[in-house]
Amino acid sequence: MKTTGRVNGIISNIVIVKADGAVGQNEICFVYTGDTKMMAEVIKVIGDAAYVQVFDSTRGLKIGDRVEFEGHMLEATLAPGMLSRNYDGLQNDLEKMDGLFIKRGSMTDPIDYDKEWEFTPLAKEGDKVSAASWLGEVKEQWVMHKIMVPFVMTDTYTVKSVAKAGTYKVTDTVAVVVDGEGREHNITMVQKWPVKQAIRAYVEKPRPYHVMETGVRAIDTFNPMAEGGTGFIPGPFGAGKTVLQHAISKQADADIIIMVACGERANEVVEIFKEFPVLIDSRTGHKLMERTIIICNTSNMPVAAREASVYTGMTIGEYYRAMGLKVLVMADSTSRWAQALREMSNRLEELPGQDAFPMDLSAIISNFYSRAGLVKLTNGKTGSVTFLGTVSPAGGNLKEPVTESTKKAARCFYALSQGRADSKRYPAIDPLDSYSKYLEYPEIKEYLDGHIGQNWVDEVYAGKTIVQRGKEANDQINILGDDGVPVEYHERFWKSELIDFVILQQDAFDDIDANCPIERQKMMYHMVLDICRKEFEFADFEECSQFFKSLINLFRQMNYSEWQSQKFEDYKTQIEKIVSEKIK
Amino acid sequence: MTTRAFQKIYTKIDNITKATVTLKASGVGNDELATVGGKLAQVVKIMGENVTLQVFAGTEGLATDSEVVFHGEAPKLKVSDNLAGRFFNAYGEPLEGGEAVEGEAREIGGPTVNPFKRIQPSELIATGIAGIDLNNTIVTGQKIPFFADPDQPYNAVMANVALRAKADKIILGGMGLTNDDFLYFKSVFENAGALDRIVSFVNTTENPPVERLLVPDMALTAAEYFAVDKGEKVLVLLTDMTLYADALAIVSNRMDQIPSKDSMPGSLYSDLAKIYEKAVQLPNGGSITIIAVTTLSGGDITHAIPDNTGYITEGQLFLRNDSDTGKVIVDPFRSLSRLKQLVIGKKTREDHPQVMNACVRLYADAANAKTKLENGFDLSDYDERTLRFAHDYSEKLLAIDVNIEITEMLDTAWSLFSTYFSKEEVAIKEELIKKYWKE
Repeated sequence: MKTTGRVNGIISNIVIVKADGAVGQNEICFVYTGDTKMMAEVIKVIGDAAYVQVFDSTRGLKIGDRVEFEGHMLEATLAPGMLSRNYDGLQNDLEKMDGLFIKRGSMTDPIDYDKEWEFTPLAKEGDKVSAASWLGEVKEQWVMHKIMVPFVMTDTYTVKSVAKAGTYKVTDTVAVVVDGEGREHNITMVQKWPVKQAIRAYVEKPRPYHVMETGVRAIDTFNPMAEGGTGFIPGPFGAGKTVLQHAISKQADADIIIMVACGERANEVVEIFKEFPVLIDSRTGHKLMERTIIICNTSNMPVAAREASVYTGMTIGEYYRAMGLKVLVMADSTSRWAQALREMSNRLEELPGQDAFPMDLSAIISNFYSRAGLVKLTNGKTGSVTFLGTVSPAGGNLKEPVTESTKKAARCFYALSQGRADSKRYPAIDPLDSYSKYLEYPEIKEYLDGHIGQNWVDEVYAGKTIVQRGKEANDQINILGDDGVPVEYHERFWKSELIDFVILQQDAFDDIDANCPIERQKMMYHMVLDICRKEFEFADFEECSQFFKSLINLFRQMNYSEWQSQKFEDYKTQIEKIVSEKIK
Repeated sequence: MTTRAFQKIYTKIDNITKATVTLKASGVGNDELATVGGKLAQVVKIMGENVTLQVFAGTEGLATDSEVVFHGEAPKLKVSDNLAGRFFNAYGEPLEGGEAVEGEAREIGGPTVNPFKRIQPSELIATGIAGIDLNNTIVTGQKIPFFADPDQPYNAVMANVALRAKADKIILGGMGLTNDDFLYFKSVFENAGALDRIVSFVNTTENPPVERLLVPDMALTAAEYFAVDKGEKVLVLLTDMTLYADALAIVSNRMDQIPSKDSMPGSLYSDLAKIYEKAVQLPNGGSITIIAVTTLSGGDITHAIPDNTGYITEGQLFLRNDSDTGKVIVDPFRSLSRLKQLVIGKKTREDHPQVMNACVRLYADAANAKTKLENGFDLSDYDERTLRFAHDYSEKLLAIDVNIEITEMLDTAWSLFSTYFSKEEVAIKEELIKKYWKE
């Protein structure tokens, strides 16, 4: 018997329900108004009063309206057929909804229950299996989608039978397993998992030891992201967070991309809807959309579902990770999620923390980031979830609670600076404030030595030092005047500008420059670094700035040219020529 | 509003605050409208049998025995083609007398367009102002505010933009508009002979502030009628959104909510997003474009209102007084149109993106030179040239009184380049230099 209840209070989207039976924290319930049925989640229980947040507008709801409790938490449906789909925060398929407007209480299936899949068995009778063991596989787009023992089954089981190769629907039984007490369990291709809990069906979570390429020089060269790592991009509005995230989502070296548009602009999502089905992933030759799942809860969609959207995205990411895939989950922006928490906490009249955010904000954020990671699966293979979130700090001030809490949790910090954005130095990733903790990992150093070049990390730090010294020189020049400092100061400053313009800045809207493969990054970086290490002969500071300006111009043309094309090589020769003329 | 037969009349109010009343009532729906002592009110909270109503016009003069009548529905607007050319108050009632508009009654603040059904905006809105068209191109379906100090001529600029924009309908949502500004808008539209494509919902400073909360929803409900039902290009002007947010703060304060940054309600972001996200490009060709005004105090954009707005809207336009030329310009550094990438170089000439960036970069160099000058340092030859460039750039392109075609703007920029700089200094892709450089 389901617990039911009656509406007894309404404050915006918080509804107080008088329940007639047991109610669980975070349990899902449905609130009925007229013939509309709205989903809601229990967020507080006091006596027989359950406080539920409704994932929809409560307009017209009345005291005494009926509520039914479902006995389970908010769950994601996990099955083949999720790739390329566009979900809302509660995993309703947006494409299947009728009409121009999202009607209140719209619910659509996240997958097609009628579609038939070509199933190939992987396990055989007598195999010992446990949660997340691979029983078979189907081909979803170009990904081999593993059919696993559901994560909720925590025992060890013996396989009694596995279906023969052939076509099946997701709800057909494809395997039967027997538990320790001899009970049989039928396994289908679809399983459910409560989104707010981490999927832990793996052997261990080692430290990340691979780099995930993004094609963005300021990230790959200066502050690399690890596969299975975490990072965040804080920046004031207009600093280019979204452009940067889109660039990464297009270019990242991942099998699956999950984009969570959390409380952001609808037109940005429309851009993905439009571009991704057309753009080709250069690594696989497939359309970008074929490896992408979009979870879209834009800023005007119900606030409570915004909170759910990041969890839904992460859960789907963990599911694909268990198949041994490299998953990149991106959320834009986690601040909106934190604000959703604040709105709820406020309506519940909880005592507020800093800036009226809930006291446990920091714990919620770090708990969420900890779900990312590289994992070793039960069959010895690895899979990973890399998480990259953006943060929209109020007033561009990085000392606000969401940024500070995230800084504690994430390992890479890509600070977008207003100053860089104002002077159109994109991506506006601040070269001095930003960091990647992974550069300090011996595992990562070893990987970079092997994959890019010996002592690569030292070279990176050398470049950072040049940028730092250039900034100091520039400060001196600004205080003392162009003539008030030795020409070497100008040289030092312009060397840092060279790194800035050629390596750090990148044109996300240019077909060639937008995506810079690691080989090209290595070559360009070494070329620039070589010049920075040379000493030049200048009569005065004007000559110095002229020289570097023309150098920068040539390098930029090089960045715009096809890799190793004739044009590219010509610019390279020209650069070598003017450098050799000026050398001391 | 007339009382209907089945409606129950309550005559006992328990609590009265400056903006709300609370009474015992049953069968009341959330968000429902009511009349309290002849004033319009809306249900904002229900706890058991206690119903709290927000009284839009304020509670002055209400007594504990004032009559309360529930309407049984959320606020609605009657929509039809007859809206065009009319001026309404915040409740959608005609101003200055006149017949009420007949038509289908629609709930205001209705549901969200399914993001999957949206179309990517791609139609440029030309305004003739280079600070906008060249640097911060606006497209249909975009939402963009002017960030301006109260002394700047934002309403005049907005009226200009609206008239040049070739929209099928212009919907003005005035919140806390001074009567003078209201009359200004009216006369500008009248003189332009554009009155028949304008619908106005106006709350002036003479009206109670809480009424303002209805204005954007009224304006956008009308906009949705013309865009969705009629497939028209609709331009919505909302001025001043800062006063709207202030009204939100008043209400949340009266309801004992814990304020977050700058005494604003914690839900400010969602409240503003609900309005701005109504901007949309529809599959039927109709569109809603929102141009708003957010007044700043002392140019401070870190205040919660402009800050949250900036995160919601697709860019912002800054007005600034340029001391060099004595003109009001659209600040090229702080202004941004996020959707310009969809049209520049595609719907406009190929050199548009690079020319735009080069101008801004050189203008930034001029700003550095100016700092040097102020600090008493000698200027290099390059610095001198950037300063002369900045003056011309500001006068011929950035000033808001400029009214030219985009191609002409680009040509002007190229001639400024060749007047003051060498090709290397401009640093634009070589193919474009070859094609457009003016010797």
